[in-house]
Amino acid sequence: MHTTEWPWLKGALILGAVFFAAVLLVKPIGVSTQFVITDGIIWSWFDKDVAKQDKNSKSGYASSNAYLNKSGGKYAKSVAKPFNYSYVFVFAMIAGAFVSARLRGASAYPKAQLQMPDAWRSAHGDSITKRNIAVFIAGVLVLFGARWAGGCTSGHMMSGIMQTSLSGYLFAAAAFAAGIPLAIWLYRHA
Amino acid sequence: MDIVLAIVIGGAFGFVLERVGAANPQKIIGMLRLTDLHLMKVILGAIAFSSALLFIGLETGLVDAGHISIKDVNMGVVYGGILLGLGFAIAGYCPGTSLCALGVGRRDAIWFVLGGLLGALLFTLLYSAIKDAGLLTDIAGKTSLAATGSTYGSVLDSGWIAVGIAVVLGVVAWLLPSKLLGK
Repeated sequence: MHTTEWPWLKGALILGAVFFAAVLLVKPIGVSTQFVITDGIIWSWFDKDVAKQDKNSKSGYASSNAYLNKSGGKYAKSVAKPFNYSYVFVFAMIAGAFVSARLRGASAYPKAQLQMPDAWRSAHGDSITKRNIAVFIAGVLVLFGARWAGGCTSGHMMSGIMQTSLSGYLFAAAAFAAGIPLAIWLYRHA
Repeated sequence: MDIVLAIVIGGAFGFVLERVGAANPQKIIGMLRLTDLHLMKVILGAIAFSSALLFIGLETGLVDAGHISIKDVNMGVVYGGILLGLGFAIAGYCPGTSLCALGVGRRDAIWFVLGGLLGALLFTLLYSAIKDAGLLTDIAGKTSLAATGSTYGSVLDSGWIAVGIAVVLGVVAWLLPSKLLGK
């Protein structure tokens, strides 16, 4: 049973090999766009204009929403036809983590830690409702921020800095400049 | 073929993120509190290794420069990065690792993903207003530091310089202590 994480060097080499394989074979890894695509799919059940075929658009699809319609209707196309590389990729991630956890065995995941991390419990108590509300708000902030920035930890930080993209350095600086002080303060009693 | 690659690479990515502890919010919070830098070493080391491979591959023609994808540098990167950093600290999740945490069976990750879907929807609805308010003002377009040989612009003319940067990142990852703060 692997109750602890991989040593850092092993993890770094294998994770690095995955980043490289992605660019070699397809394109840099990114995740947060697929949250928008999921929203678009649900939205399109109620409003067909959210993603519809359009001969005049570069992707062949257009949307009544300006964001889904940008870059030649690229997102509108993914909403209409989600069975594509990027969308399948995020579901494969969930499955990959599931397999890893099963192989490590239940003993690596004490039930209390599946509900909330120990740092949260010792700093803010063991109310599940309080943790879930905080995490829900955090989810709003993170994905709103990721879309505003044009990428998240995967797309900007990992894939971006790997390609020496200026956006990657700037994004990492902004995210850590905000995240480190808040985490130190928020978990000061942990 | 694309779908097969998505399953293989996506599956490997999720598996490895879980194995290095990135799907565990305790580890992310520890990294941001500077009390457990294991993940920081992993991420820096992974970026260094992949970046060195990538630029050696680009320079030798093994990697197709058409696969490079550089994102815009605009004010949204700063504002969005700050918002993401705040949520990252509260939850201990980012978009990718929250999905991995779902796979592990972490209950709080469900609420993070639901919040994320709402956040992404709010941005989708507010995009035009944010753009019109000048909150996505361009800074430097889609530019990289080292030359990638792709259609994107770069600050420097050399691609090999990126291998040097990667070595520096790798050394930093190596030398970084396992914690900066805490007992």
